[in-house]
Amino acid sequence: MRETLLEVSDLRVHFPVRGQGLFARPRPLRAVDGVSFTVHAGETLGIVGESGSGKSTIARAILRLNTPTGGRVVWLGTDIARLSEHALRPLRRDLQIIFQDPLASLDPRMTVGDIVAEPLTVAEPELTREARRERVAAMLDLVGLSPQMVNRYPHEFSGGQCQRIGIARAMVVRPRLVLCDEAVSSLDVSIQAQIINLLKRLQREMGLSLIFISHDLSVVRHISDRILVLYLGRVMELGPAERVIGLAHHPYTAALISAVPVPDPAVERGRPRLLLEGEIPSPLDPPSGCVFRTRCPKAQARCAAEVPALVPRGTDEAHLAACHFPNI
Amino acid sequence: MTPSTPRPADPAPVLAIEDLRIRFVTRDGAVRAVNGLSLSVGRGETLGIVGESGSGKSQTFLAAMGLLARNARVEGSIRFEGREMIGAGPRALNAVRGKRMTMIFQDPMTSLTPHMRIGRQLTEVLEHHEGLSREAARARAVEMLELARIPDARARLASYPHEFSGGMRQRVMIALALLTNPALVIADEPTTALDVTVQAQILALLARMTASGETSVILISHDLGVIAGLCDRVVVMYAGEVMEEGPAEALFANPQHPYTRGLLRSVPRLDRAGGDLVPIAGQPPDLEALPPGCPFAPRCPHVFDRCHTEHPALRPAAAVPSWRKACHLDGFETPPQREGA
Repeated sequence: MRETLLEVSDLRVHFPVRGQGLFARPRPLRAVDGVSFTVHAGETLGIVGESGSGKSTIARAILRLNTPTGGRVVWLGTDIARLSEHALRPLRRDLQIIFQDPLASLDPRMTVGDIVAEPLTVAEPELTREARRERVAAMLDLVGLSPQMVNRYPHEFSGGQCQRIGIARAMVVRPRLVLCDEAVSSLDVSIQAQIINLLKRLQREMGLSLIFISHDLSVVRHISDRILVLYLGRVMELGPAERVIGLAHHPYTAALISAVPVPDPAVERGRPRLLLEGEIPSPLDPPSGCVFRTRCPKAQARCAAEVPALVPRGTDEAHLAACHFPNI
Repeated sequence: MTPSTPRPADPAPVLAIEDLRIRFVTRDGAVRAVNGLSLSVGRGETLGIVGESGSGKSQTFLAAMGLLARNARVEGSIRFEGREMIGAGPRALNAVRGKRMTMIFQDPMTSLTPHMRIGRQLTEVLEHHEGLSREAARARAVEMLELARIPDARARLASYPHEFSGGMRQRVMIALALLTNPALVIADEPTTALDVTVQAQILALLARMTASGETSVILISHDLGVIAGLCDRVVVMYAGEVMEEGPAEALFANPQHPYTRGLLRSVPRLDRAGGDLVPIAGQPPDLEALPPGCPFAPRCPHVFDRCHTEHPALRPAAAVPSWRKACHLDGFETPPQREGA
């Protein structure tokens, strides 16, 4: 077994929402409600879910951009969910994030060189200016940008190039885990493929781990070693990518797979479709028992009464599903 | 997503675009959004328009609806049911828009009127375009909402757009677009803002509600999978031009233009494991400085001298007459393979 970098257990992130009426008590919005998973060294964990599933909130909680309401986020043996901001600082260089909107996540008044150098000045203040400049140039080269571009500003670049800058900024401090939050979702397909390949190459060359968060199951399957399927703040299924896609245990995963269109009319038109009724319920008022039961074609009385545990249901110990009536 | 059976090309197309050119005049110069585009849509046909951002796919059909921004300069011809739409006055446009030719946009929240009840938005169209009485219009509106599977349709007439979820709003939008039994509905990225399970519902609904063949559909999407499921024929656009057009199944199976091949090799497929993606090199085209030859030449892996100097015209790409491409290259005999796949 490879080294475990990150262990998230029973993570909860609730946001208080003002109740209706003047004296109503705030109600909790359960954005993330009891999520557990691990990330090993050198692997890519894909987190897939629809809007409101809590996938971005998980990323923000790991980085402590949100404070978890409960649970543990253990990074190399230390629970960072409760560390002070000060104690957290030295760990920050190990954990980096790449955001969805490449242009919005870059400071428009800074040059590309300064944007990429900034995390270095924090993480490695002992570097000389010359050494820093060399690291930045090498990093830009690694992400496919010309080091001559250091004096340009973000608006002079296309979306794909801005995402390369965002990647360079995240990777320049040589992190051990990079969270990609819909990092390729706003890019056109021809550019998206460039960035996916770049991320895979950097991961290989730098030996880092990725948490790849996306609503796009095709992209997640392509890039991930393991996949975690999220619905309304809970884990529905977690396992090796090929097993989760090929042998989905959870009815939600199966419906999600069947809803993803395949770019091939000969295949696409012959596929059976499991059309789900309705839309994702409000996290202010999640269904009792299994949160998916209101849309589940297999739901029975037990699903409303009892929250299903996330446990191995098939032959593979690493393939978990939270369902009373899994497809196995 | 049941596909309609491919129909033979109608001799009189519903929509025929000839040599369309759209320029946007800005302070910094002219942006050439559409550059000599020709295409047509047959009666009852579902035509897919594929292209990345800046390919001109939305602007082309906004021009057909007379909805371009004010700084647009348009040349060429767009004939809808035999009538020229370019240069047509508001009266002529209004007789067609929302009645014979309708549109479904990406975001129904901004295309439905926020302060008007859904019922009124539907009945207004029927009273205005079809001359129905209030009562008859109401009955028809309920019928359409029921066809669009809006639960409790009669009661929902009194709701405002914000009281619906995203998926339900798009159902309302589809009901509204098909209310007058139009000859053509233009759906511009109709499911891009929706979650994938809701997208599947909406695409199935669109297919079902246009299955009778009376309404032609233009489905504009960046998502090759969405196009693959629904369309009889596909047009691939790049830098405001048609790169390739042809029957959906054949074109996806063995694309003849290097750009189409590049697109298909760039998308990861859920039904296939592994293999590296083969991206298209380079950056999207700069519409203010297009090259004199083929607009795709700077990124094309098969580029040769002629591509830089001579602009390729659309020509037959295969034995099928309706399959054409704008490329100097002779063609590909084998389907594109992904490396390692």
